[in-house]
Amino acid sequence: MLRLNNIEVMYNNVILVLKGVSINIEEGKITTILGANGAGKTTTLKAISGVLRSERGEVTHGTIELAGERIDRMMGHDIVRKGVVQVFEGRRVFANLTCAENLIAGAHVEPSSAAMRQRMDMVFEYFPRIAERRHGRAGYLSGGEQQMLAIGRSLMSNPKVILLDEPSLGLAPLIIEEIFTIISRLNKEQGVTIGLVEQNANLALRISDFAYVMENGSIMMEGPAAQLLDNADIKEFYLGISEHGERKNYRDVKSYRRRKRWLS
Amino acid sequence: MQPILKFLSAKFAWILLAAFIAFIVAEGGVGVLIKDWRFAVELAVDGVLTGLMYSLIAVGFVLIYKSTDAINFAQGEFVMIAAIVVAGCLDWFGLPLWLSILVGFGFMVVFGMTLERFVLRPMIGMNIVAIIMATIGLAFFLRGAGPLIFGAAPSTINLPIPDSPIVWGLLYLTPIKLLGAAVSILFLAGFGWFFLKTRKGVAMRAVADSHQVSMAMGINVERYFAVAWVTAGVVALLGGLAWGNMIGVDTQLALVGLKVFPVVILGGLDSIIGVIVGGIVVGLVEALTAGFVDPYVGGGMKDFAPYVLMVIMLMIRPYGIFGRRLIERI
Repeated sequence: MLRLNNIEVMYNNVILVLKGVSINIEEGKITTILGANGAGKTTTLKAISGVLRSERGEVTHGTIELAGERIDRMMGHDIVRKGVVQVFEGRRVFANLTCAENLIAGAHVEPSSAAMRQRMDMVFEYFPRIAERRHGRAGYLSGGEQQMLAIGRSLMSNPKVILLDEPSLGLAPLIIEEIFTIISRLNKEQGVTIGLVEQNANLALRISDFAYVMENGSIMMEGPAAQLLDNADIKEFYLGISEHGERKNYRDVKSYRRRKRWLS
Repeated sequence: MQPILKFLSAKFAWILLAAFIAFIVAEGGVGVLIKDWRFAVELAVDGVLTGLMYSLIAVGFVLIYKSTDAINFAQGEFVMIAAIVVAGCLDWFGLPLWLSILVGFGFMVVFGMTLERFVLRPMIGMNIVAIIMATIGLAFFLRGAGPLIFGAAPSTINLPIPDSPIVWGLLYLTPIKLLGAAVSILFLAGFGWFFLKTRKGVAMRAVADSHQVSMAMGINVERYFAVAWVTAGVVALLGGLAWGNMIGVDTQLALVGLKVFPVVILGGLDSIIGVIVGGIVVGLVEALTAGFVDPYVGGGMKDFAPYVLMVIMLMIRPYGIFGRRLIERI
């Protein structure tokens, strides 16, 4: 569905953030990208959705293809028309607009008002809490509700692929659980392909089909999510569980061993 | 002593405002008593009409702020350049009025688009202060370029509107002001409807909220910027025609644009209804001050009274009467 071939991304023409990343997001599946802060996960998503340019970033090498068509030279607003929409990290709802207006803005690429209202009803069905507050300013919603609104807003453009950037950021565990359930439902019921970037490895791996691990601007590991959940390194560094099922003190981990494993 | 000082400092702005309003009212009141209450009413009506014509210029400003989040310091210069082009067509080429206005319209459309393409588009995503600074630069550029191309000699735009006032009961109404006020209200109502009720209007407000997120919603941010600037240009043409007819066309016309600031600060930077109310308040304050205060102080107070009001307003309600408050998560 969505294929990144060996892409490089540079900011300000000097800072190389992605160093040859190849990712394949399969149709109808949930694909997760894991990684620490600054690994380049968000940049990868922004490269796909075409909003890099507004931050002085550029795909300098490699290609991004959506169903065989190159989209890496397209403007962000055209990529949405192709069916790829990104939900930004930190929610980024239009704070001064009401919830309903946020959804209307999200449906910008949908020319028919009737179809827009239909999609709005669907969003309200998935997120009843947003329906309750449809006439309230989005800026006054709680963090969890804003995340729901952001996901709902992305659904309004009738996307084939939704790219979710850390939907769990700054939210209470219960809300995170709720949001991940809805993501999973959207994937199954609406058939939306989902690209997920997460720090919460445990939760992300449990709902996804395939996963990539990023470090320092390149892919370090990839595989089916179930397999990664079982991987000793993932367990140790992302889930915080050692092979004996105990928590491990990072000071005891010999750094050369870690490095060797990751590079192999 | 301490509590009194504390009280004074906390309520300072309110006290100032109350004093100012009391001053204006007292002046008006005294005027009514010692002079002629008809004079006061006449001044008030004239002030309201003038105020609405300020609104006509301020609406371009609010339009830009609402849709791009930029503060356009060059709005007065837009008005000036539009008027200069129309006057130039009339004087130099001897074109008929309707054709001159059409040329002015075309010029402002092209002007708005060029501006967006070469000045503002490269600045998308930059700090808003950078964009504001660019508009200040633009203001000075236009103030120099207008006279450079069209000559600095003042000229006039004569609209086919009678100069003699319409007498309606006790009131003497200036036709051009009536027309300007009517056009102003018409446009403001139109913009209000557009921003609140249409999908394009909602998209435009979304663009103002965040360029990047709007882009990710499939909104062509650049096109909306262009639309906003072109509309601001066309509105400036209307302002230029009305004001150029009243006070003549030269670089002084740009100074009318300065009155935009008290108007929008009073009403709220992003509020259409605020533009109307702010315009009326500024017009009233100006007219009443001119009528009742200026004779005692030797004149000139009319010109800065609105700014006094603006400063007080900034101290009490920096977002204006109808402006949105900044939503911040703590």
